[in-house]
Amino acid sequence: MIELKHLYKSFEDKDVLKDINATFNNGKVNLIIGQSGSGKTVLMKNIVGLLEPTKGQILYDGRDFVSLGKKEKILLRREMGMIFQAAALFDSMNVLENVMFPLDMFSDMPYEDRVKRAKDCLARVNLTGSEHKFPGEISGGMQKRVAIARAIVLQPKYLFCDEPNSGLDPKTSIVIDELISGITHEDNITTIVNTHDMNSVMGIGENITFICKGRAEWQGANTDIMDATNKELEDFIFSSDILRQAKQLHDQQKGNIG
Amino acid sequence: MITVKSSLTALGQYVQLMGRVCSRPDRMRMFLKQYVTEMYQLGYNSIPIVLVISFFIGAVICLQIKLNIQSPWMPRMVVGYTTREIMLLEFSSSIMCLILAGKVGSNIASEIGTMRITQQIDALDIMGVNSANYLILPKITGLMTIMPILVTFSVMAGILGAYATSLMGYTSVAELDEGFRYQFNQWFFWCGMIKAVVYAFIITSVSSYKGYTVEGGSVEVGKSSTDAVVHSSILVLFSDIFLTSILT
Repeated sequence: MIELKHLYKSFEDKDVLKDINATFNNGKVNLIIGQSGSGKTVLMKNIVGLLEPTKGQILYDGRDFVSLGKKEKILLRREMGMIFQAAALFDSMNVLENVMFPLDMFSDMPYEDRVKRAKDCLARVNLTGSEHKFPGEISGGMQKRVAIARAIVLQPKYLFCDEPNSGLDPKTSIVIDELISGITHEDNITTIVNTHDMNSVMGIGENITFICKGRAEWQGANTDIMDATNKELEDFIFSSDILRQAKQLHDQQKGNIG
Repeated sequence: MITVKSSLTALGQYVQLMGRVCSRPDRMRMFLKQYVTEMYQLGYNSIPIVLVISFFIGAVICLQIKLNIQSPWMPRMVVGYTTREIMLLEFSSSIMCLILAGKVGSNIASEIGTMRITQQIDALDIMGVNSANYLILPKITGLMTIMPILVTFSVMAGILGAYATSLMGYTSVAELDEGFRYQFNQWFFWCGMIKAVVYAFIITSVSSYKGYTVEGGSVEVGKSSTDAVVHSSILVLFSDIFLTSILT
């Protein structure tokens, strides 16, 4: 479980995150949603330690990441896996080498075992047979799947995904969402996904934190979103005609039942 | 005032980065793998350009001395002697490193800069890898290892270039031979080697710093690549004066 307590982040005079309090549960897909520029990415960067918060606590199962020493931070980082918006695969390495990289760096397993473990992870994301291709030779969706395989190869306790569906078609986005959701439940990982993809919100959002103008405005499950009364959340979620109509239909049905 | 402040900030960032670079690698087998790769990419791949440039410059220096400087009052061996000293003391160490600052420096800055803007460096940091050490240390040690070999090749190619002028009929092998052997001071060779190692450090560390600290997109990567070449060239020239004054 990851908990954020009174988290603030400022850049010079500009307050980007203001008193964020949120809990991200173990074995669940936790989503951070919000408009572009709302502070989602800054929040994610604070959580994973790429930025230092101005004030507040980030608790990883009770361990405050902000106040940990350098060595403890490095050890905690080895419990994390991250999938970046642009996959961030190493261009100079092929698919298998990319997935093996964390094992090469941090594991004492023999070479054959490392290869087997990497191939198992690639099989899990349906990429068997692509081991010797380079990132430039595969599609965006495949790159994301390689990134997932690399993120899970060390069996992390915490998985972070920064807009994993960015630049992907809706069908591939669903495949990526299902993979992330499946891995989270099977391996009992605390997963945090930074997204503004409504399909992801409705499909896999078991615990959603809505960020607006640097504040955590709402937290709940995708099943609660239709009944949410927060004005900013409603404006954000139901901004498209289809979702607005779905909301009206839902409200009508609810009225009829009531 | 702003320039002084930004220069001091950059210097501080450079020193901090070098502090992170000069630490024990997370995994020695990965470091050695990268070290060999960098020696190949930065050094081995530079051999053709070093040989071609040195060969022709050696030939041209020899011709210039023969046609424009040598007179009946000078001994015949002066052509070979001067060519050898120029190649050994300045061209093969300093000027060749200046040329390599263009090739290797822009390569390093653009490679690391692209890794920065595509979040590959962030990925390393999140994994708990010391990204500065993993990416930069093999480049610095790799080029520092191979640069003296490149300088040796450059001297040899320059001398071969000088011999080639005898085929054109401007000089004779005998007079060049005499000049090349005349009062050879072995220390001059080692001066070139010391300079090469220092320049290799300057080129790789400055270019890596420029690439590692890129913020923005492809335009900034291009700018960092240019800055890397300009700054490392200036530092090579500056340290040339300093090293020449203390070594010879």
